[in-house]
Amino acid sequence: MRAKHLIPIVYILFLMLPIYWLIAMSVKTTNEILAGFTLFPQDFTMDNYVKIFTDPTWYWGYINSIIYVSLNTIISILVALPAAYAFSRYRFLGDKQLFFWLLTNRMAPAAVFALPFFQLYSAVGLFDTHLAVALAHTLFNVPLAVWILEGFMRGVPKELDETAYVDGYSFPHFFGKIFLPNIASGVGVAAFFCFMFSWVELLLAKTLTAVEAKPIAATMTRTASSAGYELGLLAAAGTLTIIPGAIVIYFVRNYIAKGFALGRV
Amino acid sequence: MKTENQKAWFFVLPVLLLVAFNALVPIMTVVNYSVQETFGDNLFFWQGLDWFQQLLNSERFYAALGRQFLFTGIILAIEVPLGILIALSMPRKGIWVPVCLVLMALPMLIPWNVVGAMWNIFALPKIGMLGYFLNDVLGVPYDMTQNPLAAWITIIVMDVWHWTSLVVLLSYAGLVSISDAYYQAARIDGASRWSVFRYIELPKMKSVLTIAILLRFMDSFNIYTEPFVLTGGGPGNSTTLLSIDLVKIALGQFDLGPAAAMSLIYFAITLLVSWVFYSLMTKDDAK
Repeated sequence: MRAKHLIPIVYILFLMLPIYWLIAMSVKTTNEILAGFTLFPQDFTMDNYVKIFTDPTWYWGYINSIIYVSLNTIISILVALPAAYAFSRYRFLGDKQLFFWLLTNRMAPAAVFALPFFQLYSAVGLFDTHLAVALAHTLFNVPLAVWILEGFMRGVPKELDETAYVDGYSFPHFFGKIFLPNIASGVGVAAFFCFMFSWVELLLAKTLTAVEAKPIAATMTRTASSAGYELGLLAAAGTLTIIPGAIVIYFVRNYIAKGFALGRV
Repeated sequence: MKTENQKAWFFVLPVLLLVAFNALVPIMTVVNYSVQETFGDNLFFWQGLDWFQQLLNSERFYAALGRQFLFTGIILAIEVPLGILIALSMPRKGIWVPVCLVLMALPMLIPWNVVGAMWNIFALPKIGMLGYFLNDVLGVPYDMTQNPLAAWITIIVMDVWHWTSLVVLLSYAGLVSISDAYYQAARIDGASRWSVFRYIELPKMKSVLTIAILLRFMDSFNIYTEPFVLTGGGPGNSTTLLSIDLVKIALGQFDLGPAAAMSLIYFAITLLVSWVFYSLMTKDDAK
């Protein structure tokens, strides 16, 4: 039994090593970083974090990212809920083809869409807005949300719907008061995935923004090239990008295993 | 059983409109570019299928495509068995389960360019932990910016670090759904560890593993940000994967026609392979 547990322990150590090293680097001075490798910070400093929290170009990057990620999550879930319900409950003309077509958008390489998206969102006047990035990310998040929610909804027996109608519930009342609480964990998991893929994506987010809605990850790459190699600052910014994900994952920790199976186990 | 109801289309309509706006308009733009030549100033000339012919005869495209399949093949061959092995050896109950799951999911929630930048600095000789450890402690000459093999190994290790957890979490979800009765029956029959895995655990994991392989295939085949930030496609062209080459042509050289033709062929390949997986998946659902 002991030897068996060694495998996940070694694996987790392997995962944590670069993350630990990133955090350690974020509290070192530039001189110490460039002087050579040290396992523990010798010259502990919070300067890098102070800079990020006091410089608007830095902290606005975080605020921008959080705004468009939240917008994207809300839009994705709102449109995916009725669609997933339709797919899980009814047969209709072209349902299978539509479902597969939705999934194909999850397969599209983002690189293919970068330039056309820039032109499309410029044409409709949304370029450099949070809404543009939020809408662009629905391309791969809506199909995923429909897929996850459909899996969870299929697990709810159809008798629940029928009983509610016999009891005289209207559809919106039934959906909000009875059905949604039954798939609450599914909604949580779908929201988690939307958050995750919108948070980590950069190519489209960077293409669709210039100043007003610039994501934090883009601020980082531009700083890296303009101000030379401020490794400590980059490490601190990188460390801070891990935190929102860590918070979200903490909330859904008990649903993770099932959620990753997209409700299909 | 599902009931037939055409009004269900109204429920699907918002998704349809949103995705159509995001997918159809850009795809049509790409199709437009792929059959035209442009010299700037919004002047376009009909080019027919020339770009497609040019691309299908170019060595550069096949080289990038080959590297792409090699990369996807290698990471699938490592991540899938490794992920299953880790899932099998994880505890099924207790306080360590959520701890393991949260820690394992962490790399997946880091923005992709941060992942690339992190590994780039991690691998620097002298400064980075990996570069320091290999060069100065073990004495292995390692420089990812000079040696193509080192660059490849770094990209693969980075992807294994980043995404193996997806396979772990999916396989684990499949494993915890197996009831104890199966294991008890196996114990009574005196089944070996291998038979338990082969005849109980693997069949139960089949559907989630299909999802895992499908997601890993799609994402690794479309990978752009991480290797681009890590190696920039170099040294030389040795790690220029399909997406990196595409962005180079489209935004670097601004050759819209060839880039568009390449986009369509690229998308078609991803679609074809994914469709094969999808059919296998829905075949299982039908049973």
